[in-house]
Amino acid sequence: MKPFGYVRAATVEEAAEALAARPGARCLGGGTNLVDLMKLGVERPDVLVDVGRLPLDTVEELPDGSVRAGATVRNSDLAAHPLVRDRYPALSQALLAGASGQLRNAATTGGNLLQRTRCPHFQDLSKPCNKRAPGSGCGAREGTHRDHAVLGHSEHCIATHPSDMAVALAALDARVELYGGQGARAVPADRFHRLPGDHPERDTVIRPGELITGVVLPAATAALPSAYRKARDRASYAFALASVAAVLDTADDGTVAHVGLAFGALAHKPWRAERAETALRGAPATPDSFARAVDLELEAARPLRDNGYKVPLARNLAVDVLTRLAPPVRPARHLTEDS
Amino acid sequence: MTGTGTALGAPAVRREGRRKVTGGARYAAEHPLADRVHARPVPATVARGRVTAVDTAAALALPGVLAVLTHENAPRLAEPDDPTLAVLQDPGVPHRGWYVALAVARTPEEARAAAAAVRVEYAVEEHDVTLTADHPEAYEPETANAGYPARREYGDPDGAFASAPVRVDVTYRVPPLHNHPMEPHASTARWEGDRLLVHTSSQGGTAVRATLAALFGLPEDRITVDTAHVGGGFGSKGTPRPDVVLAVMAARETGRPVTVALPRRHLPAVVGHRAPTLHRLRLAAGADGRLTGLTHEIVTHSSRVKEFVEQAAVPARVMYAAPSSRTLHRVVRLDVPTPSWMRAPGECPGMYALESAVDELATALGTDPVELRVLNEPEREPDSGKPFSSRHLTECLREGARRFGWDRRDPRPRSRAEGPLLVGTGVAAATYPVLVRPSTAEARALPDGTFVVRVNATDIGTGARTVLAQVAADTLGVPLERVRTEIGDSDLPPASLAGGSSGTASWGWAVHDACTRLTGRLGGLTGRLPDEGISARADTAGRADADSPYARHAFGAHFAEVTVDSVTGEVRVRRMLGVFAAGRILNARTARSQFIGGMTMGLGMALTEGSTMDPAFGDFTESDLASYHVPAHADVPAVEAHWIDEDDTRLNPMGSKGIGEIGNVGSAAAIGNAVHHATGVRFRELPLTPDKVLAGLSGPAPAPTSGRDG
Repeated sequence: MKPFGYVRAATVEEAAEALAARPGARCLGGGTNLVDLMKLGVERPDVLVDVGRLPLDTVEELPDGSVRAGATVRNSDLAAHPLVRDRYPALSQALLAGASGQLRNAATTGGNLLQRTRCPHFQDLSKPCNKRAPGSGCGAREGTHRDHAVLGHSEHCIATHPSDMAVALAALDARVELYGGQGARAVPADRFHRLPGDHPERDTVIRPGELITGVVLPAATAALPSAYRKARDRASYAFALASVAAVLDTADDGTVAHVGLAFGALAHKPWRAERAETALRGAPATPDSFARAVDLELEAARPLRDNGYKVPLARNLAVDVLTRLAPPVRPARHLTEDS
Repeated sequence: MTGTGTALGAPAVRREGRRKVTGGARYAAEHPLADRVHARPVPATVARGRVTAVDTAAALALPGVLAVLTHENAPRLAEPDDPTLAVLQDPGVPHRGWYVALAVARTPEEARAAAAAVRVEYAVEEHDVTLTADHPEAYEPETANAGYPARREYGDPDGAFASAPVRVDVTYRVPPLHNHPMEPHASTARWEGDRLLVHTSSQGGTAVRATLAALFGLPEDRITVDTAHVGGGFGSKGTPRPDVVLAVMAARETGRPVTVALPRRHLPAVVGHRAPTLHRLRLAAGADGRLTGLTHEIVTHSSRVKEFVEQAAVPARVMYAAPSSRTLHRVVRLDVPTPSWMRAPGECPGMYALESAVDELATALGTDPVELRVLNEPEREPDSGKPFSSRHLTECLREGARRFGWDRRDPRPRSRAEGPLLVGTGVAAATYPVLVRPSTAEARALPDGTFVVRVNATDIGTGARTVLAQVAADTLGVPLERVRTEIGDSDLPPASLAGGSSGTASWGWAVHDACTRLTGRLGGLTGRLPDEGISARADTAGRADADSPYARHAFGAHFAEVTVDSVTGEVRVRRMLGVFAAGRILNARTARSQFIGGMTMGLGMALTEGSTMDPAFGDFTESDLASYHVPAHADVPAVEAHWIDEDDTRLNPMGSKGIGEIGNVGSAAAIGNAVHHATGVRFRELPLTPDKVLAGLSGPAPAPTSGRDG
């Protein structure tokens, strides 16, 4: 096996230094993805920088009313935290829709954002993959790709990002906080992951030597109605076929005052539905206008041979979640058994 | 039954349960022998071709590496009966994933690194891995699996179909499926002088011993095969697999004990799979619902390595009275991994298709599907003309309908909705043959008043130790706790494998006979027994495998209730209920567990499980338990299993039929039929995942009687 170094960082600065010192260094959080990929030979780090003991394991309210979750907060703890459950239900729901209880107990906030695609060609060293081995080609395009991207893919890569949590963060206008040699910075959650373009080997905008220190959920979306919904092949422990996170605030006149909408499993990143959001602002919060806006968004979809189902699936999910979040325009008959 | 005891039928607790849950039970890869080393196979990375060069220098230079075996330097084997065991014998690559080298090193990690460092060059040929119903290379084999004739025909099936007032002509597709036992295939081998000792995860140690003896040219009495604990097999460990051959080879080459524990990702290519089956069913019926013709034709694939033909049209020869019938298997040899036995081979995919088609016929007739099945019950087995030793399918259907509340069902499709959820119920029948094989066993009475039963049976998680003790206690007329069972060791009296739902009947018969003889011997004795006790042995050859004048099968009925989410196409099962007629149930606890397990496998087959043959690369895409979706707990709702006591004296001394697979057969059809009832749409390709279901729901289907928004 390939030997690797191990550094346990006590401070964020120490972790950043260790990461900067060796280009082949990787942060070790819960290890639920990185260690698997090391066994497969996909990840071959020189050094593991164990960030598990960094003082980043709390969820706290900041003076401006926003909520900060540290990078090493476990997914299960984040999902269960009262501030998250009460103010950002979409995030709690997204976390609980991911993986299994055991994995959520180990996985961290930062690790969740940095998990790699589940594309089977990426995981198989015997196959071409531009993300794993730039320039080798994309095995999925001609191979099996039922689970792959319909939006924003490039000729080099059709992989999707597997996170549920990241989709909710994007819809909630969260920020990802980073620290590196040049100091601290924050990136909007929906800009943290990137589209593959010519460089599918880059999943995110994180710079060499930077680590994630936390995510901040803004006061602006706190306590707005929000929800996450995921369609999958089995009831638990399955990645999304498509998912949607939505935040919706309606004015007294029944029009949309605020909307945040993001799709999961459709693209190389959580897909922020900006066209749909623009179309919806000020529009009536009705199923018809939701459907029109979502269709507008999904016009950009470019399904491949085997994944065309994702477009109507995503549409149905988005219209359903937005409709549930909107105040009832008539008695909510769909909630009763004999509607 | 000659016994006077009361142990049989009791819900006795599994004897090795505590050892298993506390980690005390050792599995094949868990024997920490001194000097043990580890070997890791190297799979081929092309779908068809041959190895032109293997460079092992880099691998051999890595720390801890002892050897790298290839077709150029591996020990020569005698030609095996099963060509999938001819590993590292020639440069041919019949499919992607075929083993082309084996790296041996001190630790599993070092062996993995060494395997990754082996450089293999290939001459690549074009591959064909795509099964189609009209594939030009499809042919009709002589026999399907288990020796069944590939074709059976009587009456005038085409004429019956052409002239029938009511007809169903439909196709179904069952994808490749994988067994994926919890414990991946593993073997540990060591040589002690000229003796070979093997710990292996297999459903039958006697056959492993015979196979190794033939391959390595050894007398059987110099080989001991230990199969004490097996972490599931579901058919994939029914016969020896490459792991045990490679372990023995590597142990011979290195002079060290060697463990080969296959990584999960290798399993799809090297331990077998259920081959995909394309079904065409033609049912012809009179207006009264009586079948006049039944045609079931299947096309399946096998590998270039050997012919293996899933016997999926066979259950149609058993199920329904029809004066004209054709059942036919065709196979295409492709550049795919070799298929093998899996969870009710033949019956499981065959009955999915047949029982779905019967449901379609009920719809076409406007008849209740329970009543349609009862109406078409045969007097004798349709294909053979033999009388049934016992057949209580009607009773299973009626009892199941009563318990399930079938009479409250509105038969109209898409007639029930709860908000966005479409709700439906379905029924299907089950059948599985009674298989029994010759076995030997020994029973010994000890001076302390206890008894030992010895038989090389295998416990694959089903409770063999426990139920064989029950058979013995019952025959001997002694309390269960006075009987100990020794199984899972080839030095014990030889016995058949745990497969085809035949284990308990086969081993139990030998145990019963040995105990009966022992009772006879003890009856003539007075005074204290000698220290070594008194023993008796039995061999059921010639009786267990004798032809029966009766058609012997277990039967059952499945009922299922599902919800179909009209937003996402997600299908979830709410409840499943099965009623089985499987002879005498010998242990109520472990039997229920097997029935429920089989039904859960059917749930997986219906909704979540499927392997995708990658057309570009020639391998199965799903290679881990994150992507190959066996049902998770959240998928498995209320599952109930019941049974009807059958008193059938034409089976074996216990009066039992196999129960390992009947729970699986038909359960996928019941779920599929419930999905049709819920949605009004026939989905004819498994699994019923959201991609397919949503497409069907948005296609030309009846408008919902009740929609999401009222």
